[in-house]
Amino acid sequence: MTFWILAPIMVAAALGILFVRKAVHAALLLAVVMISLAFLYAVLDAPFLFAVQIIVYTGAILMLFLFVMMLIGVDAADSVVETIRGQRVMAVVLGLAFGTVLVLGISQVTFGVVVGLDEANAGGNVPAIANILFSRYVFAFEATSALLITAALGAMVLAHRERLTPKAGQAELAAQRMRDYAEHGKHLGPLPSPGVYARHNAVDTPALLPDGTAAESSVSRVLAARGTVRSAPALADDIDDVRRQLAGLEGHSDPAAMPETSGKAGAPASTEEDVDKHVDKDVDK
Amino acid sequence: MTQYIVLSAILFTIGCVGVLTRRNAIVVFMCVELMLNACNLAFVAFARQHGNLDGQITAFFVMVVAAAEVVIGLAIIMTIFRTRRSASVDDASLLKY
Amino acid sequence: MNLLSHSALLVGLPMAEEGAHAPVVAPDMGAGGVFDLLWLVIALPVLGAVLLLGVAPFLPPSLRATVDKHGHLLGTAMAALSFVLSLVLFVTLLGRDAEERQIGQQLWTWFETGSLTVGMDLLYDPLAALFLLLITGVGSLIHVYAIGYMEHDPRRRRFFGYLNLFVAAMLTLVLSANFVGLFLGWEGVGLASYLLIGFWQHKPSAAAAAKKAFVINRVGDIGLSLAIALMFATFGTTDFGAVSELAGEADQGTLNALGLLLLLGACGKSAQVPLQAWLLDAMEGPTPVSALIHAATMVTAGVYLVVRANFIYELTPVAQTAVVVVATVTLLWGAILGCAKDDIKKALAGSTMSQIGYMMLAAGLGPAGYPYAIFHLLTHGFFKANMFLGAGSVMHGMNDDVDMRHYGALRKAMPVTFLTFAMGYLAIIGFPGFSGFWSKDRIIETALAENLLVGILALLGAGITAFYMTRLMLMTFFTSKRWEEDVHPHESPRVMTVPLIVLAALSVLGGVLLLGDWIKTWLEPVTGTVEHHEPPLPAIVITLIITAVVAIGVAAAWFLVGRREIPREAPRDVSFATRAARADLYGDAINDAVVVRPGAGLVGGLTAFDRHGVDGAVEGGSLAVGGLSSTLRRVQNGFVRSYALSLLGGALLVVLALLAVNLR
Repeated sequence: MTFWILAPIMVAAALGILFVRKAVHAALLLAVVMISLAFLYAVLDAPFLFAVQIIVYTGAILMLFLFVMMLIGVDAADSVVETIRGQRVMAVVLGLAFGTVLVLGISQVTFGVVVGLDEANAGGNVPAIANILFSRYVFAFEATSALLITAALGAMVLAHRERLTPKAGQAELAAQRMRDYAEHGKHLGPLPSPGVYARHNAVDTPALLPDGTAAESSVSRVLAARGTVRSAPALADDIDDVRRQLAGLEGHSDPAAMPETSGKAGAPASTEEDVDKHVDKDVDK
Repeated sequence: MTQYIVLSAILFTIGCVGVLTRRNAIVVFMCVELMLNACNLAFVAFARQHGNLDGQITAFFVMVVAAAEVVIGLAIIMTIFRTRRSASVDDASLLKY
Repeated sequence: MNLLSHSALLVGLPMAEEGAHAPVVAPDMGAGGVFDLLWLVIALPVLGAVLLLGVAPFLPPSLRATVDKHGHLLGTAMAALSFVLSLVLFVTLLGRDAEERQIGQQLWTWFETGSLTVGMDLLYDPLAALFLLLITGVGSLIHVYAIGYMEHDPRRRRFFGYLNLFVAAMLTLVLSANFVGLFLGWEGVGLASYLLIGFWQHKPSAAAAAKKAFVINRVGDIGLSLAIALMFATFGTTDFGAVSELAGEADQGTLNALGLLLLLGACGKSAQVPLQAWLLDAMEGPTPVSALIHAATMVTAGVYLVVRANFIYELTPVAQTAVVVVATVTLLWGAILGCAKDDIKKALAGSTMSQIGYMMLAAGLGPAGYPYAIFHLLTHGFFKANMFLGAGSVMHGMNDDVDMRHYGALRKAMPVTFLTFAMGYLAIIGFPGFSGFWSKDRIIETALAENLLVGILALLGAGITAFYMTRLMLMTFFTSKRWEEDVHPHESPRVMTVPLIVLAALSVLGGVLLLGDWIKTWLEPVTGTVEHHEPPLPAIVITLIITAVVAIGVAAAWFLVGRREIPREAPRDVSFATRAARADLYGDAINDAVVVRPGAGLVGGLTAFDRHGVDGAVEGGSLAVGGLSSTLRRVQNGFVRSYALSLLGGALLVVLALLAVNLR
């Protein structure tokens, strides 16, 4: 029963891996397949593997996948255009042929009576596995330990980056910055923080320059790549709203002079938290 | 018993096709893991069929090897990404005619 | 055998009489005394050649300059010492009984391979003795002459080294007691001839002539080497003694082949038709070389070979007939060439060919002719060397001009040369009393006795000889002056004229060898004896006829050349016969048409086949593989997923195979 519930889910999730465009989604679908597999292991009288499947595969390996994905860019989505001519068609044709032949071949086989693991698992599955693992398979076990150590070392070696040039110190960095300024006119000072002089102080809101335009460099590149940066024109209404409120609050102030004075003479009440509330209210309206 | 093996075959085939069609190296890797898991399912099912635990032990070893493989594989993918700024397996195609 | 005897009868030559074998060569190995020094005859010129060619170039410069300056004296001394030794040997041999005149000397075993043992053996018999005297005697005189002739040549030491090398090789040729040793000498004289023809190698014509002589001689050498190989295959030995003993037991076909192959060798070395083309070009060499090698000694090696191999020729009438035919054709061929040439050396060379034709003719006539062949060889050696050296003396005085049309009236300018040359001239045309008269007279007489047609042709040759030699004589020493402006003919120095005088004397007196048929008796141990066929006419009548024919030739020359004005340039509008003779009777053209052009065509075809056929197949194959590879390598596209796809295809095949095996 469990099988017939889990099998369609697993096949559907597996097929999903083929079609989703984002790697994260593929990883999640793979997790579904693996957890389902764990349950199937439990059904198949393999409680130890059930645990290992959950802990090692779903827990460790998949997390590793997600971790690497994070390092190299979660947002990177596969293009759907196939670059190698005929690759996709041939892959599907060969895959279908392979699957069909395998399934047909297996269905031709008569497996006979299932012996079952009741006898083997008599003293518990884990002690039984331990018995075999540390007797008959002890060499293989030791070999896998060596393999794991090697793999760990290998991963360290691969991930390690040798520094080829001396690390630039503060003096060098400062000199470089001055040089860039002299040659390209690159802004010398610190970058503006997101949300400065803006309606929002969220990271996706660019800072406003004194002339009212948005400073694109104040927002993370990743957000810019995702297209989730909120532009200054989109915030224009909010800004006007704030000006109106401020004008209403103080009555006599020149709205255009407000930003300049807000730092010194600005009312303590005009905190950004307040502004947020106002905006929320506006949105609600 | 047959249904487990058939499911294993189907999952394996899907993994194969995934390896062949996806270009993101990480997804390709996941498809490889899917194929390994399909094999594990067959091992465990056969262990029950034959009534001994060797199949489970083998599945266990497969998992260990898969873990090692993932560690190395992901490290390689990272290294490639670091130099080529791409995780597409098609971009690493310099070794050719 | 029937067919053979039939063909022999057609030509009218006598078959070898049953049981009348040529004498077996059975040298006396333990003669002792002066004969133990036989090897020294060869060793002396070898020493000279080694010193002058092998050692001198490695001496320190100061010493080498001395050797360069005086080396010719060493070379001449070696030749002269060799001559003295030959003379002593000859006199000693004279003192022995006729039956004991074959002296052998075993020096060492040259090589031993399988059942073949070839020793470095020498055979000193009456035939070799005469050759020794000729080679060393005339050789020494020519050495002396060359001292003067080559005086201004910067490479005189080398020249004398080559001359010594030649003398040594020629002596090896005539002294060897087996055919392999003879072949060694044979090749040695070929080498020396090549080196000396091309001695002035800066002249392209000399280099080409040397090459031509070398190549044509190789054709003959193939014949000789095949004959030696056949001899070994048939008799298991190449010793003269053993072969002469066993020759009677061989079958007729083998003997015919042996005789013809030896004749081919003789043709190459003696410039007989069809291998005659090299001799006229060989005149590019210095004149002493022409005199020694291409008149007196080397070119007569073919005659020596035929006479030496008499024990084979006696048994093969076919080969004998071939010898006679070749000889008759050559004697006329050479004579015709001699009539048309304006180059004094080439005219003499044509004459040499013709005279060797006489010798070969006599040698082809069997035991009756052998002594006269050798006799004519000796007298010819004297008078032809004399005339060549005389021609060299003339050239010396005429700034090395060889064109007789530029000579004329030289008898006053160079009296000694003229007188000595005249002696040679009278000898060669067969003026009664002179050496050539006796020798040629005997040959024609024998030829007439053996075969009328051949005899008449030989007689005709004598007439032509008289014509062209008179023409040469008239154009050179008589008629009007036709010299170049800046030429001042003068008599040559004493060192050149003395050999001329000696040779002239020999030319006149050579006939004494015939006194009482001495030479016939002397050579009998070698050549055997046979009942002389009676000539169709009494001998005295034949002699008169010959003299008359010669007189007609002389008269014709007098009327055609002596009485006319000789143009300085050869006239162009001449008869076909003259044009043909000037072109060496198209000998080169025939060689070109028969050998060179088909050979070049064959080689061209082979190279074309190699280039297009073989190379085409090979390169086409490689191109096909290359094309296929460059198509196939597209499969290696660098995409991991493509490779994985083929992997899946392979896996599918494996699964299918497994199923096919299991479901069978």
